[in-house]
Order: sequence, then structure tokens, then C-alpha cells
Amino acid sequence: MHEAAEVAPVDLHAAKIRVFKLQDMIFHKVTLLFALVVLAGLAGILVSLAVEAMPTLRTFGLSFLWRNVWSVPDDEYGALIAIYGTLVSSFIALLIAVPVSFGIALFLTETCPAWLKRPLGTAIELLAGVPSIIYGIWGLFIFAPLFAEHVQPHLQKVLGDVPVIGAWFAGPPIGIGILTAGIVLSLMVIPFVASVMRDVFETVPPVLKESVYGVGCTTWEVVWNIVLPYTRVGVIGGIMLGLGRALGETMAVTFVIGNANRITGSLFSPGNSIASVLANEFGEADPGLHIASLFALGLVLFVITFIVLAASRWLIARGTARQGR
Amino acid sequence: MPATSVQIVEEAALKVRNLDFYYGDFKGLNGINLDIARHKVTAFIGPSGCGKSTLLRTFNRMYDLYPGQRAEGEILFNGNNLLDRKQDVNMVRAKIGMVFQKPTPFPMTIYENIAFGVRLYERLSPSEMGARVEWALRKAALWDEVKDKLQQSGLSLSGGQQQRLCIARAVAVKPEVVLLDEPTSALDPISTAKVEELVDELKADYTIAIVTHNMQQAARISDYTAFMYLGDLIEFGKTDELFVQPKAKQTEDYITGRFG
Amino acid sequence: MQLYTRRVLINRLGIGLSMVAMAFGLMALMWILWTLFSKGFAALSWEFFSQDTPAPGSEGGGLRNAIVGSMMIIGVTTLVSTPIGILAGIYLAEFGRTSKFAAVTRFVTDIMLSAPSIVIGLFVYALMVATLGGFSGWAGSVALSLIAIPVVVRTTENMLRLVPATLREAAFAVGAPHWKVSISITLRAVKAGVVTGVLLAIARVTGETAPLLFTALNNQFFSTDMSQPMGNLPVVIYQFAMSPYDNWISLAWGGALLIALLVLAINIGARILFRQKDKL
Repeated sequence: MHEAAEVAPVDLHAAKIRVFKLQDMIFHKVTLLFALVVLAGLAGILVSLAVEAMPTLRTFGLSFLWRNVWSVPDDEYGALIAIYGTLVSSFIALLIAVPVSFGIALFLTETCPAWLKRPLGTAIELLAGVPSIIYGIWGLFIFAPLFAEHVQPHLQKVLGDVPVIGAWFAGPPIGIGILTAGIVLSLMVIPFVASVMRDVFETVPPVLKESVYGVGCTTWEVVWNIVLPYTRVGVIGGIMLGLGRALGETMAVTFVIGNANRITGSLFSPGNSIASVLANEFGEADPGLHIASLFALGLVLFVITFIVLAASRWLIARGTARQGR
Repeated sequence: MPATSVQIVEEAALKVRNLDFYYGDFKGLNGINLDIARHKVTAFIGPSGCGKSTLLRTFNRMYDLYPGQRAEGEILFNGNNLLDRKQDVNMVRAKIGMVFQKPTPFPMTIYENIAFGVRLYERLSPSEMGARVEWALRKAALWDEVKDKLQQSGLSLSGGQQQRLCIARAVAVKPEVVLLDEPTSALDPISTAKVEELVDELKADYTIAIVTHNMQQAARISDYTAFMYLGDLIEFGKTDELFVQPKAKQTEDYITGRFG
Repeated sequence: MQLYTRRVLINRLGIGLSMVAMAFGLMALMWILWTLFSKGFAALSWEFFSQDTPAPGSEGGGLRNAIVGSMMIIGVTTLVSTPIGILAGIYLAEFGRTSKFAAVTRFVTDIMLSAPSIVIGLFVYALMVATLGGFSGWAGSVALSLIAIPVVVRTTENMLRLVPATLREAAFAVGAPHWKVSISITLRAVKAGVVTGVLLAIARVTGETAPLLFTALNNQFFSTDMSQPMGNLPVVIYQFAMSPYDNWISLAWGGALLIALLVLAINIGARILFRQKDKL
């Protein structure tokens, strides 16, 4: 009854194994090829943008970056106006989003009743998935008119005469403009930043928190003195991720920034971000310097966001791997 | 003192000669020499980290999956050195089956769990395959419990049943050797008893090597026992002799429960 | 005692502010959704689904062509990005555990997850529209695929890494070749997670507008020809919302609601699917 002795013929095994070897080799190469697709995508973006932007870079050189002009009739282009609008609107967005996100993350990890934790957490995550165009049309039709009527005049009244700051709130309160873009952007990035912050807050070992509560610290003191320092790196990473999103966001901004190619110094006045210039002008751009300058803007945006996102990934990875320090 | 006596086995299925094993720079096994007797049960015992599982995993070259792990020396199987780089690992694994500490049913039906391995190397008609699946499940003493639910997921079985399913899966490809890596450590006593009975029946047809934490289990089911400690083979011999009259001091300490 | 009171007050203030932040966040977002629902539902009607986008100045109209166009573009995107993303994810999980190349790919994938989508539109414009002679549904799908692939790659890899080492070993132990272990055992074990990743990728691209602006463009008429400019919901919403016509603006709200509902439904579906897998 030695069934094991009558194994399948050896030559069949050998033939099968040759097939397997070949299949495995092909499998390895095919999956490698598809992994290369991702890398090729990044390389393709950089190369194609640089190639298409060549005429502009040749005409204006690096000064393209700080030329304060964008005029299609005169065929004169510079990135400063759009870079200014991008940076200022993103900065405003973070100014609002960071404290609010911190509050949300703090609430979700420390004070939220257990039964609410999951639904609220899920709600925040779902909101991160709402398409940005929805923030955009809400901003244009609902927020901007209310803002112009009820908020801007008061801001002007209160802050308009303060030196330096007053100039930020000068000009007619028309609702759309860089400040509005910043506010709408902030609503869009809050879910992203809040969920990253919540995730890194949860990496704090409970033992550590308990030991601090054990010496009689209040919740606020635990968060401020233990949780925040412990998760500092990851929190900054989360903020950078939000910044990366805000810088490159097109739809939430284009609807409400006003699309004016000038820098006035007032946050009430319309401006333009890189993404909004692209969305507005690219479709009807003339071949030649105009379209090349738009590609150059795209390249600038990609490089800026690449740096910000790379820093954010690095910090988040460090923050969750080594858990702060 | 590593034992060098390897002549005690009458007919060897596997011959291990001067086997060294490395995890990167760390040496996990030092010059192991022993024979695994054909159609017998050989048990490997010793405290955690002694290298018994490492040794078992060299027999089917499982360490190949992990870069940085390597073995030197010889393991002779049907006259071939398994450690030879030219030796195909799939071939080795088809002939030398393995069952793991935790049950590892594949994410498919009970039937498919058995048929998966068979289909790799044999082309069977549906009726032949059905017969093979039944045969393997009967060998693993599982047939009566699952014959009405062959199309259910393997994950739906209890832990003990899952482990017997894994044994059936290993047996189904008709290997020559079956390696058992602490097969009962995750099971309850009743399931453990069933698996032990099974091992006793399987040895009529297969060569069995089993790693176990449990000395009583080794004493109950094995014909030969190897005691390992810190990567060395301390003592190897007939189970009756090793447990009754250990030659090495360390073996005696271990089996009498003075350490480990 | 005074110090203690101060500490308690600070604590109350901090906790209070965090609750205000939570309330602010939720209220702002409720406000957006509420507006969307009230304005959007008003626009939904039989004509909304059965008629094509109206010409400037004409009455009524619907979004049939845009809905169909979006479905086709997203359908092709799914078909393209699912296999590429899964296979690339398998590469990272199976062959790339330690290699430098895999680490770089992983990093780049993470960056691409959040890269500005409008730049991807520019890239595909330069790659396909400028060279192949015009805007097309295909170009739109390629642009969206570049956004979807990183999502699928990362979820696939993360899921595969959760497979217990013993299951992989057991599959190798029966003598299975590597590809069979990957496809029939490990990938199958995390099927629910991978499907979740694909669903999240679909949800992500459903609302993407910027990459379609210069690739699929738009088409006022009903068309199923992927080699021509193609109507699609996001671009229609963008153009109609910016227009002076009331019926266009109303259609934009309806379209926005449709997209938001779809995205939320996919997201919730993905979560339910994934949670069920957890229970197994």
C-alpha cells in the first residue's frame, strides 16, 4: 500500500518546472514594466512640460519667475502674479485650516465620546472625497455673495484704518478675490489635514498618555505637552500635505479668485493662481509664446508642489515610523 | 558537543551533511549532520531559538524567499543535493510537503484547497481529481466532516479542521517527505490528539519530520528524536533511548525540565 | 489653588475651542452639502437625464450626453488603471521589498497621489492632443488613469503586505510558482481590499475636472466616439456654472449633486465592502 512511491512521472515534473520558470520570469518582468509606468508618468510630466515651456524660458530666461506682467495682447508673460496668488491663497487656507484641523483631531482623539468617534471620523474622511468643483460652485454662488454683503464691509470698517493691515482689506467688497479663494480652499483641505493629524495623534502610546494623566495633568496639558511634541514631525507632514493640495487645487480656486492678472496688495481684490490661469486660458491659448508660458507656469507649479509633497511624505513617514521624537 | 553519529538510521530519506545556516551575519545552525529515516517519524525538540524550525525550513528551501538567508553544506535527497543552486526549488517543494504552525487554508473552497497543488504538476480528469481530493481528505481523517461542504470556503472550518485540511493538501500531491512545523501548537487538545493519530498513520507511506515544543508529543509519536540547542545538534537517536537514557547532560536537563 | 483654577480654565478653553473647531468644520461642510442638495434636487427631472446639453440661450435641456460621456471616460479609465495599478502594486509587494528601485517607485507614487491634477492635464495635452490632432475622450481617460493608477498601486501594495507570511510560505510549500502564489493565493486573500482600492480610485477621478479641460474638452452633442471631444459632467458643470444663463446654472447644480452622490455612494460602498472583509 505504498501510494507515495508511485509519484507522478519525473519528466512531467521537469517539463512543468521549465514552464513555471519561464512564467515566473515573464511575471516578474511584466509587473516590473507596470511599476515603470508610474515612474514614466512622472518623468513624462517633467520632460513634456519643460520641452513645451522652452520658448518662454528662452525668451525670458529665469526672469520669467519674477516678471510682474501677464498680458496676452502684448505677448509679455511672467509668473509672479500667479505665483503670488497661489502662495497667498494657500497661506490663508492654511491659516484657517491648521487650527481648525488641530481642534477636530484633538476632539476626535481625546474628548469625543466613543460612540461618536467612528461616525464623525468617517464623516471627515468622506468629506475629503467630495470633488473640489463642488466647493468651487458653492463658493461662487453661496459664499461669495454673503461674504461681500455681511463680512467684507465689517472687516473694512474694523481693520481698514489700521496701518499696514488696512491695505489688505482695501477696495470694493465684491465677494470674489484672493481672500475668498483662501477661505474656500481652507474648507477643502480641512478634511485632509484633520484626518492625517488624527492618525498621527493615535500613534501616541496610551501608556505614555496615561502616565501623564497619572501625575494630574489636564487633557489640554497632555495634548500640548506630550501628544503634540511627540507627533510634531507627523503633524507638520500633514500640514504640508494640505499645503500641497491647496497649491495645486484648480476648481475650488478658479470659481472664486476673480481671474485678474494683477497684484494689488489687497486681499479683497481679484487675482489669479497658477492653476486658475491654466484653467481659464489654456483652452483658448494662441500657439507660440502664450501657450509656452502656460506650460512654464505648469512646470513651476509642479516643481513647487513636488517639493512640498516630497517633504510632507518624508515627514509623515518619519513621524509614523519613529513616532515623533 | 555536536553529535556526529549518523549511522543509526537504517534507510535514510534525507541525509544532512555539515549544514551551516546564516541569517545575514548571524549563524543559525552549526555543522548539522543527521539522517532522516524513511517512513519513520523524526522529531526535533529543543528550546525556542535552538534552530529546529530553521533546520526544517532548509529541507524545502523555504528560506529562499528571504534575501539574506543562506545555507551551506549538503542535504541529500534521492542522491541530489537540495542545496545545490541548480536544484529547482519548486521541484523540491512538490516532493517535500510542509504544514505550518498556524493553519494556512488558501482563500478558496475546500475542494480547491486540495486541487490547487495537484493541478500544478498533474493533469487529471475531473473524476480523477474528485477521487484524489477524497483520497487526500480521507488520509487526513477529514472526509467525513467535510464531504457535504466541499464547495465552502476553507476558512469556514474550525482551527483543527483547517490544520487537517493543510495536512490533506500536503499529502494530496503525493510527496515523499512531509515536514510538520509545530503543527499542533495552535490547536486544542482534542484536535491535537487527532493530528497525532494522523501522523502515526501517515508514516506508513511518508517520511515525516516534525518540530515540536512539546516533549511528550515527541515521545508519543516519533521513532527518532533530535535535541537541538543554540544551533547545534546536541543529541540524536532512537526516541526510546534518548528519552530514557540521554547521553548528553544538556539533553537530560532539558527533558527533565531543568531548563528550556 | 489659584494655579489649579488657572489650569482648569485653560483646559476648559482648549477643549471648548476644539469643540468649536469640530462644530465649525461640520457646519461648513453641512452647509455646502445642504446647498448642493436643495439646489441640485430642484434641477433633477426626467429631461435632466433624457435631453442633451442645451445650446446657449435655448430653454430646458439636460445632461444626457455629459452623463454618458463621463461614464465612458471613467469606464475606460477603470479598465486601464486597474490592471496596471494591481500589477505594479504586486511588483512592489512581491519583488520590491528591499530594492532601491521599488523605494523610488513607492515615493513617486505617493507624490503622484497628490500631484496637481491640472498639470497632468497639461502633460496629456502635450502627449496626445497636440500630437494626435485634437481633443478626445481617449485623452481624457489617459489623464484620469494617471490619477487613478497611484491610488490602486498603493492600496494593492498595502493590502498584499498584510497577507500573513505563513500563507505565502504555505503556497510556496506545495511547489507553486511565484506568479501563481501571487495571483491565486495572496491577491485572492486580499480581494476585498484591492476592490476597495479600485473603487476609491474611481471615486477620486469621478469628480476630477481640471485634467479633462484640455483633454476630453467638451461636446455639446451626444457622442459615443472616444476619438472625438466628449461631453463629461465636470467640465459641463464648470462651463455652465460660469455662464450667464439660469437654466445652465441650474443644470450645473444638478450635475454637481449627481457627482457628489455618486462619489459618496462609491466611498461608502467601498467602506462597507472592506469592513465585511475584516469580519471574516
